[in-house]
Amino acid sequence: MVKTPIYMDNHATTPVDPRVLEAMLPYFTDVFGNAASRNHVFGHEAEAAVEEMRGTIGAAIGADPKNVIFTSGATESDNMAIKGVAEFYKERGNHIITQVTEHKAVLDTCKELERRGYEVTYLPVDRHGLIDLDDLRKAIKPETILISVMMANNEIGTIQPVKEIGALAKEKGVLFHSDATQAVGKLPVHVDELGIDLLSMSAHKIYGPKGVGALYVRGRNPRVRLAPLFHGGGHERGMRSGTLNVTGIVGFGKALQIAVDEMESESARVKKLRDKLETTLRDRLDEVFVNGHPTLRLAGNLNMSFAYVEGESLLMGLREIALSSGSACTSATLEPSYVLKAIGVSDDLAHTSLRFGLGRFNTEEEVDYAADRVVEEVNRLREMSPLYEMAKSGVDLKTMAWKRD
Amino acid sequence: MAYSEKVLDHYKNPRNVGSFDPNDENVGTGLVGAPECGDVMKLQLKINDDGIIEDAKFKTFGCGSAIASSSYATELVKGKTIDEAFAIQNKKIVEELSLPPVKIHCSVLAEGAIKAAVEDWKRRKEAKARENSVPGKQ
Repeated sequence: MVKTPIYMDNHATTPVDPRVLEAMLPYFTDVFGNAASRNHVFGHEAEAAVEEMRGTIGAAIGADPKNVIFTSGATESDNMAIKGVAEFYKERGNHIITQVTEHKAVLDTCKELERRGYEVTYLPVDRHGLIDLDDLRKAIKPETILISVMMANNEIGTIQPVKEIGALAKEKGVLFHSDATQAVGKLPVHVDELGIDLLSMSAHKIYGPKGVGALYVRGRNPRVRLAPLFHGGGHERGMRSGTLNVTGIVGFGKALQIAVDEMESESARVKKLRDKLETTLRDRLDEVFVNGHPTLRLAGNLNMSFAYVEGESLLMGLREIALSSGSACTSATLEPSYVLKAIGVSDDLAHTSLRFGLGRFNTEEEVDYAADRVVEEVNRLREMSPLYEMAKSGVDLKTMAWKRD
Repeated sequence: MAYSEKVLDHYKNPRNVGSFDPNDENVGTGLVGAPECGDVMKLQLKINDDGIIEDAKFKTFGCGSAIASSSYATELVKGKTIDEAFAIQNKKIVEELSLPPVKIHCSVLAEGAIKAAVEDWKRRKEAKARENSVPGKQ
């Protein structure tokens, strides 16, 4: 019998790997110094640990370690990259290009910059969630200072053509920021090969602790300058003041090291589980649709719409399995996922979507259990669904005159 | 979000799920909501000649609170006259199921479904009466 509850929401966060926790523990109690304390051994040891991890993280993304700036997580990294570039390069231009399925940490930051007088272009995506490189090329103008496009999407897992974007940005002399929160540790990332100037990362998506992340800021060719968000003790070469989260940084470094070391075998394993889940659900249920790219997708991601069954009610029936839904029945606006909307999923189907995020600690047994339970609940709720009944009796739901409340 | 015990109970053991023949002259059907809004309720009432609701059935596409609201609505209307059913307000459903503010629209929809079903029954009764009172209709 499989142990419940089962965690399948690894895009939201992940548990700390026991190996990571073990590496972190001494830094709470024994090596607790402030990494900025230069005049005693407690500080020196903390600083040495931070620098070792900076090296590990730099190596993992093909970067010079001194260009890795520690932050509180990807939201801060995104804010720091976008606002920092916008402020520092405002004499050069006021135009930023991003795309519609970015995380809110990018979109809301761009909206804030629009309020401050910047101009932002939000590129559309195709039905798989990919931007069009021609659209990007056409959007670049003399005032463009930054392109911000994520590496992999958090809802549908779509992997953007980052290398091509990087080459285009370089050709046009525009800086390129990529939010790689969902990608680092899961996809090979090399900032030079991909032409990335700024890269946001987070520890808690890769079996590290919450509250720590980093921003890579290119040091040469070109040297990227940022106006800092935080002022204070001048930590992190003045780019991010604040006492370093030594324990978190140790956990982040260890987590990324493990993820990179095990990337090949682990992504193959997770992809096999994901494919099994997808195939089983497709075989056993009619009218299910995968949202996202068929192949250019994160290994652990499966975002699926189950027509005629509302997502939140489906989650309620699957309470022993931790998942997310693209339905937003709880939000005041009743608007379903903006990502699903952006790839052209109709509102009615967006309300029926579930996101499975498989990860390191999921087993085949759990996947089999989840598949059985999803099939069971979808069938039960379809029996209760007036839409399923109408569709099966030949009513065209698209042309019906609905009484909206 | 946390669901109340009563919402969970109706969700797990929904009362009166199903359909009546909508062409049955004693049946009134209310269909409210829209798929793109994430809620559609179909409520059917079987009403006798004295205007008493003898039976009720529902099918709902929507969140757990929407399912619970319509399930509870079927229990609420059984045995009531059409006037009593028409007078039911969503507040009654909110209180019974302890719905939080973001779920109040589910109870509004259920109230609308009851009214729509009663109106459908009345409309069809009146149409039938007109048919019968017009001699030599073609």
